[in-house]
Amino acid sequence: MPVPDTQKSRRKLVVVGNGMAAGRMLEELFALQPDAWDVTIFGAEPRVNYNRIMLSPVLAGEKTYEDIVIHDDAWYAAHCVALRKGEAIVSLDCKAHSVTTSGGEVVSYDKLVIATGSQPFVIPAPGVNLPGVVTYRDLDDVKLMLAAAAKGGRAVVIGGGLLGLEAAAGLQVQGFEVAVVHLMPTLMERQLDESAGYLLQKAIEASGIEIITKANTQAILGVDKVEGVKLADGRILPADIVVMAVGIRPNVAIAKAAGLKVNRGIVVDDAMGSSDPDIIAVGECVEHRGQCYGLVAPLYEMAKIAAARLAGNDEALYTGSVTSTKLKVTGIDLFSAGDFSEGKDEIVLRDPAHGVYKRLVLDGDRILGAVLYGQTDDGAWYFDLLKKGADISSMRQTLIFGQAYQGGSPLDPTAAVAALPDDTEICGCNGVSKGAITASIKAHALTSLDDVRSRTKASSSCGQCTGKVEQILALTLGGAYAAATRKPMCKCTDLTHEEVRGFIISKSLKSMPAIWQELAWKTSCGCASCRPALNYYLVCAWPSDYADDSQSRFINERVHANIQKDGTFSVVPRMWGGLTTPDELRAIANVADRYKIPTVKVTGGQRIDLLGVKKEDLPKVWADLNAAGMVSGAAYAKGLRTVKTCVGSEWCRFGTQDSTGLGVKLEKTLWGSWTPAKVKLGVSGCPRNCAEATVKDIGVICVESGYDIHIAGAAGLHVRATDLLGHVETEDEVIEHVAAITQLYREEAAYLQRIWKWVETVGLEYVRASIMNDAANRKALAARFEASQKVYRKDPWAQRVSGREHYEFAPVATVAWIGVEEGATV
Amino acid sequence: MNAVTLNWFDIGPLTAIPRRGARTVRTPRREIAVFRTADDQVFALENRCPHKGGPLSEGIVHGAKVTCPLHNWVIDLESGGATGEDHGCSRTFPVKIVDGHVFVEMTRAIAA
Ligand code: SRM
Ligand SMILES: Cc1cc2nc3c(=O)[nH]c(=O)nc-3n(C[C@H](O)[C@H](O)[C@H](O)COP(=O)(O)OP(=O)(O)OC[C@H]3O[C@@H](n4cnc5c(N)ncnc54)[C@H](O)[C@@H]3O)c2cc1C
Ligand code: SF4
Ligand code: FES
Repeated sequence: MPVPDTQKSRRKLVVVGNGMAAGRMLEELFALQPDAWDVTIFGAEPRVNYNRIMLSPVLAGEKTYEDIVIHDDAWYAAHCVALRKGEAIVSLDCKAHSVTTSGGEVVSYDKLVIATGSQPFVIPAPGVNLPGVVTYRDLDDVKLMLAAAAKGGRAVVIGGGLLGLEAAAGLQVQGFEVAVVHLMPTLMERQLDESAGYLLQKAIEASGIEIITKANTQAILGVDKVEGVKLADGRILPADIVVMAVGIRPNVAIAKAAGLKVNRGIVVDDAMGSSDPDIIAVGECVEHRGQCYGLVAPLYEMAKIAAARLAGNDEALYTGSVTSTKLKVTGIDLFSAGDFSEGKDEIVLRDPAHGVYKRLVLDGDRILGAVLYGQTDDGAWYFDLLKKGADISSMRQTLIFGQAYQGGSPLDPTAAVAALPDDTEICGCNGVSKGAITASIKAHALTSLDDVRSRTKASSSCGQCTGKVEQILALTLGGAYAAATRKPMCKCTDLTHEEVRGFIISKSLKSMPAIWQELAWKTSCGCASCRPALNYYLVCAWPSDYADDSQSRFINERVHANIQKDGTFSVVPRMWGGLTTPDELRAIANVADRYKIPTVKVTGGQRIDLLGVKKEDLPKVWADLNAAGMVSGAAYAKGLRTVKTCVGSEWCRFGTQDSTGLGVKLEKTLWGSWTPAKVKLGVSGCPRNCAEATVKDIGVICVESGYDIHIAGAAGLHVRATDLLGHVETEDEVIEHVAAITQLYREEAAYLQRIWKWVETVGLEYVRASIMNDAANRKALAARFEASQKVYRKDPWAQRVSGREHYEFAPVATVAWIGVEEGATV
Repeated sequence: MNAVTLNWFDIGPLTAIPRRGARTVRTPRREIAVFRTADDQVFALENRCPHKGGPLSEGIVHGAKVTCPLHNWVIDLESGGATGEDHGCSRTFPVKIVDGHVFVEMTRAIAA
């Protein structure tokens, strides 16, 4: 090795860690000052500096190690760098200005650079040390995976972030059957919102990789080597190799032991200096302004500043980075940038037919964040506008369409449709062109969207072109077309409630992000009006598959109590059919005393209301009521409220049947169900109708020959007497008919539509035909109701008492003293 | 007169607040609602609706807004202001996230 004469006089620079940040820093340094320093670099890995981010292509067999080397041996020689491959530094002595190597050698320095990167985080589960459990960080890990691939089998990747998904894709190329286990509900949740996460999951699943979300790993199973992964819900996934990719931790051990200031990472200032004046740190091991980074772009910026400082430039400052992410998996185009931490406003574009989702988060005239899926060509452009803080007000209208659309005059949507040539395909599902739609409107004098749908099929399948079809109608008919006959669910969509429900079934949409994407929602996560409706539709359509989203429920349903004007709650336990016992009454009295509940009232629904309960007392109140055998009365629910009864044949001199007993049975059948709006029943023992059954959603009037079933009554904002639906002879028939009516209503009514409104929409005859005249249909409806009730006929109070979402009832923090004494002037 | 100092309080990890949800912080003078949106933005507002004092923390969070549970006013989480036709404003507090923990600046929480 040529040793220049100057070496003796040069100051000694020692670098710990030979990774991407260190390599870049040396390059920058040599560009500024080719031979000011005598450099020694220690690398724990037994090799030169290589491009770590290209490990995935190596794993996938698309590249070799040689392809990804950044600095070969010749480079180190040419710059007179003493590279100590495979030698780790085990300790640092700041006072003595020296480091100690794994071999025990003590090496002194004038300036030290720490660039130790980070370490994969390993979850503390039993079995993680078994052979066959690997992390994903360096070439040795890739070699282990490739060696295992020779035998083939099943791979389980723990972690659905960037690294985990790249590992999964690579392992699949190597012939493994792959499953990814992810703790959170959506993949890459730190970079992507739910909609993009949904599309990503769909694409990865389509490529044959199994994705299991909301899965908590409990243990790695195996005796001499890994054999499987056990999840907290008891599921066991067989595995021949397990890749742990759950996150990284800055590698700070030597810095911490040496007494440098360390939080999550080694704390550095804007000059990249640590708490010791002669020690600089760069890369993933540092924490700068509270931030640790896990991508190369910021590390390169740090490397540049560190090099400038070493070269004597006292003005070079690192002020933090905005990062962007791309996933390097073939066939998946995904881009995300910005931190979205103060967004006010958003622009969303969805093209379900092509799996495209784009979302820009704005604050006034600046872009704060961007998520692109399916079409990422404009990622760099948005990222540039974001970093520059550019004013986008002049192009706001067309911003979401990308750079290519800028410059021309902004188009309004109708003008844009008008400008389309006649042969443009409008409805992708049914292959209908603009010309065909226009011709059909003219030829058949069509005036509504439904007309166009039945004539041309346009917008009758996925519905995402509905807006365009309406614009064509408006263009063709001019003022004659009034879109107002259709009422979209809310401002987030052009589709009606009925259409959305239809698509949930026909397209098998089982989550809110799936609905938002496939039906082209115009907002990223819905609004206070559509979210509760969608949650109900999903609960109803997929009782066993869909996990209820409590954040999409109105507060009353979220905490199973009715909110009052002062923020306290009311609690109403069930009294089946209006019956109670001395023990129940005593328990209610005790609860009222114990929790100082100010008001106890008999409701209009034949039960007792405890009013003015403090939120944090709710779980305790429920626990005490549960202990006395009482469950939630659901006085808050879009679900079964009460079944009012009268005394009936058991005591009353006019009673024809046991109306009280039947009411109890009906309440036990229907309780817990979720319905479009509240459902109230009444059962009267004779036509004198003391239970007011003829103003209930469903009413039963007992007569000598059996039971008259009534529906569609109301006595609230609108008073309406029921219509007689039909007559049956036995209690069991009543129960089957009522369950079937309820299910038909659950499946077909729009959210918040009470039974009477729904019946007026579909017609009494329709309901009669479906329930009274079609036994097979009735039995099928009742069976579907029962299937759903297997999931929902559970006391929500008991679930909460046992700890579900317990955080709901306590403040996250209580601040007793806040810096300045009470009453002091500030 | 005391000098004005900043009072940043660590109210706990971000993960303690459900996405599209809120938790409250109790202080001697008032209750503060800390909201977390679907994309992890965090906002702190006095837990009182400008309309009739409804507890905003119990509302449905959508985008960077919350719908009050009592009469459906929609409040902008960033400014604390009512949106649309409604007028009024809830007090806001500065928030920052450090190391996954939420910090709320409470100087204004003690002002009367
Ligand atoms: C407690 C009770 C009044 C009472 O003290 O008796 C009551 C209280 C409320 N009713 Fe009622 N209704 C009560 C019986 C009724 C009845 C009578 C009945 O069920 O026989 C009716 C008329 C029958 C009907 O529904 O057709 C009734 C028609 C309404 C309406 C109008 C509904 C409609 O579609 O027109 C509302 C408003 C709404 O739901 O949007 C309403 C809304 C409410 C709410 C939930 C208001 C709210 O959103 O906070 C009140 C909750 C107070 C609370 O915290 O408990 N309440 N409400 C009754 C509870 C019955 C029970 O045990 O569950
Ligand atoms: C599979 C994979 C894919 C990635 N994809 C991307 C991507 O697409 N885009 C992106 O921006 N980033 C990506 N990254 C992240 C990127 O690789 C890292 O951010 C970057 O490598 C960090 O650089 P660094 O120098 O801080 O740490 P490293 O590159 O990890 O270098 C640190 C080196 O220090 C050594 N070392 C540690 N302790 C000691 C010690 N005591 N003594 C001596 N040596 C020590 C380590 O062995 C290591 O070689 C990816 C990472 C992986 C693993
Ligand atoms: S009638 Fe019903 S909604 Fe109106 S004040 Fe009485 S309880 Fe409340
Ligand atoms: S108190 Fe909030 S809307 Fe009325």
